[in-house]
Amino acid sequence: MRFNDGTPIYRQIAGQLREDIVEGLLADDEQVMSTNQYASFHRINPATVAKAFQELVDEDLIFKKRGLGMFVRPGAQERLRAHRRARFIDDRIAPVLAEAERLGMTVDQVVDAVRSAADRRTPTRRRTQGADRP
Amino acid sequence: MTPAIEITGLDVRFGATRAIDDVSLSLTGGTIVGLLGRNGAGKSTMLSVLAGFRRPTSGTVRVDRADPYEHRRLMSDTCLVRPDGDLEGSLTVDDALAIAAALRPRWDDEYAGHLVERLEIPKRTRVDALSRGQRSALAVTIGMASRAPLTMFDEPHLGMDAPSRYAFYDELLADYLAHPRTVIVSTHLIDEIAGVLEDVVILHHGRVLAHRAAADLQADGVELTGPASRVDALVGDLPVLSARSIGSTTSVVVDARLDDTLRDRAAAAGVDVGPIPLQDLFVSMTSTTGMPSKEHVA
Repeated sequence: MRFNDGTPIYRQIAGQLREDIVEGLLADDEQVMSTNQYASFHRINPATVAKAFQELVDEDLIFKKRGLGMFVRPGAQERLRAHRRARFIDDRIAPVLAEAERLGMTVDQVVDAVRSAADRRTPTRRRTQGADRP
Repeated sequence: MTPAIEITGLDVRFGATRAIDDVSLSLTGGTIVGLLGRNGAGKSTMLSVLAGFRRPTSGTVRVDRADPYEHRRLMSDTCLVRPDGDLEGSLTVDDALAIAAALRPRWDDEYAGHLVERLEIPKRTRVDALSRGQRSALAVTIGMASRAPLTMFDEPHLGMDAPSRYAFYDELLADYLAHPRTVIVSTHLIDEIAGVLEDVVILHHGRVLAHRAAADLQADGVELTGPASRVDALVGDLPVLSARSIGSTTSVVVDARLDDTLRDRAAAAGVDVGPIPLQDLFVSMTSTTGMPSKEHVA
């Protein structure tokens, strides 16, 4: 993982963990790497990693089992996906429509472009749990 | 052991020069702290005082609740690595390591050997025949393998090339995780070491300009760009670090955190908003517009 886009590192770590949960790389009740494992793997101060974990604890996506470590809260994946679906129009579609307007494209042209892109697209294999871990 | 540090009202003067000017600072034990500042900001003086090498002009310094000045136990529990490593030039690298091993109660010989290999230091070469970067690497090796509860590196990167610097940051973090201690690193290569740090202290003209969590400091510093009147209205009372104008467009760097509120306010005002790199924040904070030095007040 590279940390360089100007966003604080702990937010990037939190973002990466959310991605892992959405994609099912971290499943319900699965244990999350410990702060120190994460720190040494990604070469980040453990206090910064702890800050990222705290953000996810506050969102109830992961939880602490005393003496054992952090685990994924059951239902976290579905909650994150529902949250993203709710924001899909605002976050993804609205910018596309704004750009289309700047380029002089009609909504119908955009819809056609989306259809043909979808036809050409090979469906992504849903990643099985544990595969492709960064 | 991870000694905490308490500094209260510290002054260090050299004649009329105030190297450290009324500094009060608490550092949590067991953290890696970055000490940032321009040349002459007081970094080396501060580290010498913490190491017990130099007596303050006034004020108190406590390391693990004791005054470090010529304190026997703290001296052996503290390792300050200075840019020249305080190494005798006529010794070979091997001899310099053997001396450090004899002086340092927690010395780890195997680890020293590992660092010598990793940092590619020629073992049988005389210290005065080493390149600048190799001498820094040797100093870093001694500092790391000493495993002192309070370990301080004063500009450890001098002359080291990028692969060696990154190897040092890696080793520092890995060894700190395995053997927790209090570490202070003075540097001005902020961006490359920021991830390793827990806290950052910025010194400027002998004073503490900022003391923040490294993770927070990364989110601090926002650049606002747009028509001057709109930018000015948005800036309001936020502390301005630097400003420049081209025609009617103004770009202002403020010491604020880039959060959703600020993003929304900027969007509503039609002003571009973006984060700035840590290095730029540091430059903005410590450039001449930062704090006027006393001599300039006529």
